[in-house]
Amino acid sequence: MTDSKYFTTTKKGEIFELKAELNSDKKEKKKEAVKKVIASMTVGKDVSALFPDVVNCMQTDNLELKKLVYLYLMNYAKSQPDMAIMAVNTFVKDCEDPNPLIRALAVRTMGCIRVDKITEYLCEPLRKCLKDEDPYVRKTAAVCVAKLHDINAQLVEDQGFLDTLKDLISDSNPMVVANAVAALSEIAESHPNSNLLDLNPQSINKLLTALNECTEWGQIFILDCLANYTPRDDRESQSICERVTPRLSHANSAVVLSAVKVLMKFMEMLPKDLDYYGTLLKKLAPPLVTLLSAEPELQYVALRNINLIVQKRPEILKHEMKVFFVKYNDPIYVKLEKLDIMIRLASQANIAQVLAELKEYATEVDVDFVRKAVRAIGRCAIKVEQSAERCVSTLLDLIQTKVNYVVQEAIVVIKDIFRKYPNKYESVIATLCENLDSLDEPEARAAMIWIVGEYAERIDNADELLESFLEGFHDESTQVQLQLLTAIVKLFLKKPTETQELVQQVLSLATQDSDNPDLRDRGYIYWRLLSTDPVAAKEVVLAEKPLISEETDLIEPTLLEELICHIGTLASVYHKPPSAFVEGSRGVMHKRLPARTGSGEGTECPDVGNAAGGSAPEAAPSIIPSQGDLLGDLLNLDLAPPTTTGPTPSTSGMQMGGMDLLGGGLDSLMDESEPPHVPLQTDPPQSPSPQPPSPVYTHTDYTYTDYSHTDSPPDHSSTEHSPPAELGGDIGGSPAMGAGFGAAPTVMPASLNAPVGGGLGDLFDLGGGVGMPMGAYIPPKTVWLPAMKAKGLEISGTFARRAGVIQMELVLTNKAMSVMTDFAIQFNRNSFGLAPAGPLQVLTPLGPNQTIEVSLPLSTVGPVMKMDPLNNLQVAVKNNIDVFYFSCQYPISMLFVEDGKMERQVFLATWKDIPNDNESQFQIQDCHLNSEAASNKLQGSNIFTIAKRTVEGQDMLYMSIKLSNGIWVLAELKVQAGNPNYTISLKCRAPEVSQCVFQCYEAVLKN
Amino acid sequence: MIGGLFIYNHKGEVLISRVYRDDIGRNAVDAFRVNVIHARQQVRSPVTNIARTSFFHVKRSNIWLAAVTKQNVNAAMVFEFLYKMCDVMASYFGKISEENIKNNFVLIYELLDEILDFGYPQNSETGSLKTFITQQGIKGQHQTKEEQSQITSQVTGQIGWRREGIKYRRNELFLDVLESVNLLMSPQGQVLSAHVSGRVVMKSYLSGMPECKFGMNDKIIIDKAGKGGVTNEAGKSDLGGGGSTSGKQSIAIDDCTFNQCVRLSKFDSERSISFIPPDGEYELMRYRTTKDIILPFRVIPLVREVGRTKLEVKVVIKSNFKPSLLAQKIEVRIPTPLNTSGVQVICMKGKAKYKASENAIVWKIKRMAGMKESQISAEIELLPTNDKKKWARPPISMNFEVPFAPSGLKVRYLKVFESKLNYSDHDVIKWVRYIGRSGIYETRC
Repeated sequence: MTDSKYFTTTKKGEIFELKAELNSDKKEKKKEAVKKVIASMTVGKDVSALFPDVVNCMQTDNLELKKLVYLYLMNYAKSQPDMAIMAVNTFVKDCEDPNPLIRALAVRTMGCIRVDKITEYLCEPLRKCLKDEDPYVRKTAAVCVAKLHDINAQLVEDQGFLDTLKDLISDSNPMVVANAVAALSEIAESHPNSNLLDLNPQSINKLLTALNECTEWGQIFILDCLANYTPRDDRESQSICERVTPRLSHANSAVVLSAVKVLMKFMEMLPKDLDYYGTLLKKLAPPLVTLLSAEPELQYVALRNINLIVQKRPEILKHEMKVFFVKYNDPIYVKLEKLDIMIRLASQANIAQVLAELKEYATEVDVDFVRKAVRAIGRCAIKVEQSAERCVSTLLDLIQTKVNYVVQEAIVVIKDIFRKYPNKYESVIATLCENLDSLDEPEARAAMIWIVGEYAERIDNADELLESFLEGFHDESTQVQLQLLTAIVKLFLKKPTETQELVQQVLSLATQDSDNPDLRDRGYIYWRLLSTDPVAAKEVVLAEKPLISEETDLIEPTLLEELICHIGTLASVYHKPPSAFVEGSRGVMHKRLPARTGSGEGTECPDVGNAAGGSAPEAAPSIIPSQGDLLGDLLNLDLAPPTTTGPTPSTSGMQMGGMDLLGGGLDSLMDESEPPHVPLQTDPPQSPSPQPPSPVYTHTDYTYTDYSHTDSPPDHSSTEHSPPAELGGDIGGSPAMGAGFGAAPTVMPASLNAPVGGGLGDLFDLGGGVGMPMGAYIPPKTVWLPAMKAKGLEISGTFARRAGVIQMELVLTNKAMSVMTDFAIQFNRNSFGLAPAGPLQVLTPLGPNQTIEVSLPLSTVGPVMKMDPLNNLQVAVKNNIDVFYFSCQYPISMLFVEDGKMERQVFLATWKDIPNDNESQFQIQDCHLNSEAASNKLQGSNIFTIAKRTVEGQDMLYMSIKLSNGIWVLAELKVQAGNPNYTISLKCRAPEVSQCVFQCYEAVLKN
Repeated sequence: MIGGLFIYNHKGEVLISRVYRDDIGRNAVDAFRVNVIHARQQVRSPVTNIARTSFFHVKRSNIWLAAVTKQNVNAAMVFEFLYKMCDVMASYFGKISEENIKNNFVLIYELLDEILDFGYPQNSETGSLKTFITQQGIKGQHQTKEEQSQITSQVTGQIGWRREGIKYRRNELFLDVLESVNLLMSPQGQVLSAHVSGRVVMKSYLSGMPECKFGMNDKIIIDKAGKGGVTNEAGKSDLGGGGSTSGKQSIAIDDCTFNQCVRLSKFDSERSISFIPPDGEYELMRYRTTKDIILPFRVIPLVREVGRTKLEVKVVIKSNFKPSLLAQKIEVRIPTPLNTSGVQVICMKGKAKYKASENAIVWKIKRMAGMKESQISAEIELLPTNDKKKWARPPISMNFEVPFAPSGLKVRYLKVFESKLNYSDHDVIKWVRYIGRSGIYETRC
């Protein structure tokens, strides 16, 4: 049979003819006519005038005809509500039909007719169908509840359909369960506060059972629903993961991705040292790689998701670089995504291979792809320091090809490489300058101008080069104009004698001839700065730039967390939260990852992130709680000091000191209940005015120019989402600092700060001096957090035990350009329960190039988790700019308590009591102390000698140590006169600590 | 969920339009046509967002299928559904073309009504769909009550892919191990990436509701069996497809996925593949291997630029498998620059031709035995151009078909149990066949 003829009727008077045919007595003719009507409808013709005639055909026992009429009804009922009523009787009758297919058809269609009057009649049939004996009818009715809810939510609630729907979750038929889950999930989405999908271990169990039996689509509904559940503890989490992992082998990619979503989310709760955690990580990689052999559209979805997964857990795919190599025939969207992931996976181990590939790609045809490949080479240079040189030479090779867009792209990335590795690759500038004329894109021109300005002193004809740009100043884009202005000012400050004319020219072009306010303002600022105080101008304009970070286009962590909860969905494809592209209430609810909890411990520790994630998922997160969540996730921390239970106004006041009021957006957002903070955020200096440059204004400008300098590869998505803290903090903080800043930015704050920091240190020194005759061993300070990794904040430090108090001694150095305030510190759970005993005492803001020493008293009553190595401590430090993480190792000797001297008898008994398996032996080499001196020295670190024996010229020292958590370590030290090598045997019930204790012996004895 | 589904022809005219949700208006149909089908640029993404409405599309020949939504739907599911939709249509009326769609539009609407409800995909197994939706209109009105409830229980049941009461006089099954071997090789002969993606396709003509168990030389199972010291009794019933049955040659499978009939939890716990097969042809499993792949051919390219107007190309291919086996349908495609004006080719074997429209020299060899070698050399004359950009040198690609599985996979057994009917595993006639084809088999030059 050929139906295509129905598409070709275009005669005039067609409607009239159809009308006649519809009313024909012959069944066949009627059917033909209805088909014609449907064909016209499909093409977009208005055939609503035939409504009564079509509805008249409804009363038929021909199922095919009936279906066609229903299709028509669904389309036009809304435009003819009164006449649609005519159909109700047939629907109601069909819902009683003996044939289950017809009953289901009726209830399915009725739900699609969005006319209020009809919905009233729908309730009774729907109620019956929900309890129908046939599963096919029940599964259709389940979806119908969602349809009805969409039309009239109140009606559904009043009629009690929601309860019936909940009952269907326990239905014996898996498909009914799946559809009920789908319907409930959808309804729950529009009622974020209702407890509709009351997920509890019992109902989860039912879902997991149904998961094994239902269709591929049903499995997706169930997995997507499971992903919304938050398990009570890590054990439940693990058992769900175990039952979900088999889905990773399903042929349907959507089932696989939804399973990955559940696993990624629940994994968050598993302790990292669990064997199962590692197994799970390993299981995730193969199915993700398999997704790449699916059809290209699915590959695209998979790649967008892998991009998120790689950012969240790079370890999963770190060995799978090769599968992301671009194939010549891949569609362009697949190519671009693969490239992105290649860069993310690039590491020292695979960089050679990656570079070879990227070079290959840079010769392809598609312009976007080539550009991205060139950019990728630059990003590799920034990411993997060892490869920088090779990357630069590859870029130079590409510049030699003279392909216009390749050259421009290469110059843009070389600028970033200069920023990352200053004073290293300037030799290539000459080559870059050769290509000056071919640059026609603003970004490339601006990059080139930046390079010329930055290295003006090394480019002989810098003035000529910049002058050549100046000729067409007004035709340039703003980006180029601003950059040119700054570059010429830099040039002037470096070579003042020859370039006066040039700088005057550019200043007048910017201030007098331009109507761009940004340009004009910047011009005025420079002008005033240069005319009032050239020294200050030099300080400001030629100041050392903060380093650019490694990853310029990472998704902001809170957003990343949210997107991980949306794996497989559109949000994960767009890399945007659902609220950004979904209208109305749906999807506004933010999802987050659960916090990691140990079994049973989770509820005890006061954890803001955990509490917010667990019990109040509907609360829309403001910036601060979500930051807290991030902490909670990575380090199981909260923002407030550990001794308090939450961010109360008093703690934040104490913590931030006087700076709180000025500290910018972060803190005022943290306590939304405190109104006084809010108005201060919009400081008057923010509004630009070209009038007399007050010192405050200078500072604002300073930040501003710096922004254009830091202009690393612009990634709009990341700037969009990053919290405005950086800017807000700077500007907000400026009035306080500004006065001193403009004049002498380095001297003033330092002098302000020094007495405080030093004073504190002195106090502690005193305390230390009293308690210990010998003085405990304190390792030298080491750099824990290099400035490069922490946006300019450098942290070095050590640990000490003074008068029985463990101290963390920190040196904070601000190597960035902006003032840092609002410091706070947190530890992750660790082997010995170390935790800060008070807040981090940084009372004054830390200005650029300023250093402060802080002592942080520590307690050992914090939450415990075994670390590897045992004495590893993971720390998070927050300031107004960001949160930084580092880990350091503490000498275990600071945990040796003062009452660690054991009675001789007890010692003997204990030594025998501890099994020999727990004994470990070590050699200490090159130690030239005699046994007496060694014993004294060790006593200073609370290692007590209990007895001494001399056997054949060999001194045997027996010693005891008690750790802060009550563990005893017994030691036997053999010292032979004349032999610089000691032998030490350690016995302990917890043999893991032996290695650390030995390290302490070595450190103490050798210092 | 999916708000609407549209099918367009290449001109952007709507052939099928089915709206499931109220938030999708008629203007959505036009938005996709204007912004995607009629867009001048090449398609940059299979997902397009136009005015807060998201469009997912796939193309089959010159037909566009688009799913539309305003919600945060499961994107992977939507694409899987679109593919499934194509499969279902193809199994009803063959090729997806404008003519076929117009000829079957009533059928398509019926199918859409059945497999997508309020935008939620429902049962989409052609096996069960065909029991009540046919091209001759709908069955159903003349069926008995028993038949009707049998249909509904099958559509919603646990074994939706097979109906009860199938009978064959001869119980027979065919297994095809189809592999595509993919390679990317550097000009120096270094393997940049290589993998095999394989499929096990089964044609089963078995009576009743047989329970099947499939075994292959998967390393994990073989190692397990070896450790236990138990000789796998199933090993005896080898299908004779690929030689040795001892677990010596086992292969490491990176990952595999299964048809929905396979009990995944059983595979996860015991790594055994057990299932009740659908009737007729279907894909049992897909798998991927990357270790110890037999690369059937090696391509050794040599390209020399002689001045600005001439290229000399020499390509040697070597077959790398047992001399007793024969590869077929061998085709080597050597790309030529766009400004090629003439080509002279000499080849030892087969036929070679320069195809200007494809910018390539295509060298075809009908058959080639293992451990042989053949060579082609060509001189390419170039027109002088002032295009600064160098020729991108696309890779040399190859096509072929070999009668073995490049991954080394061997079927060890396929056992059939049907307790209710009167036939045993021995009565079933089983066939197995291995075909290795080239996937993307490229050598850079």
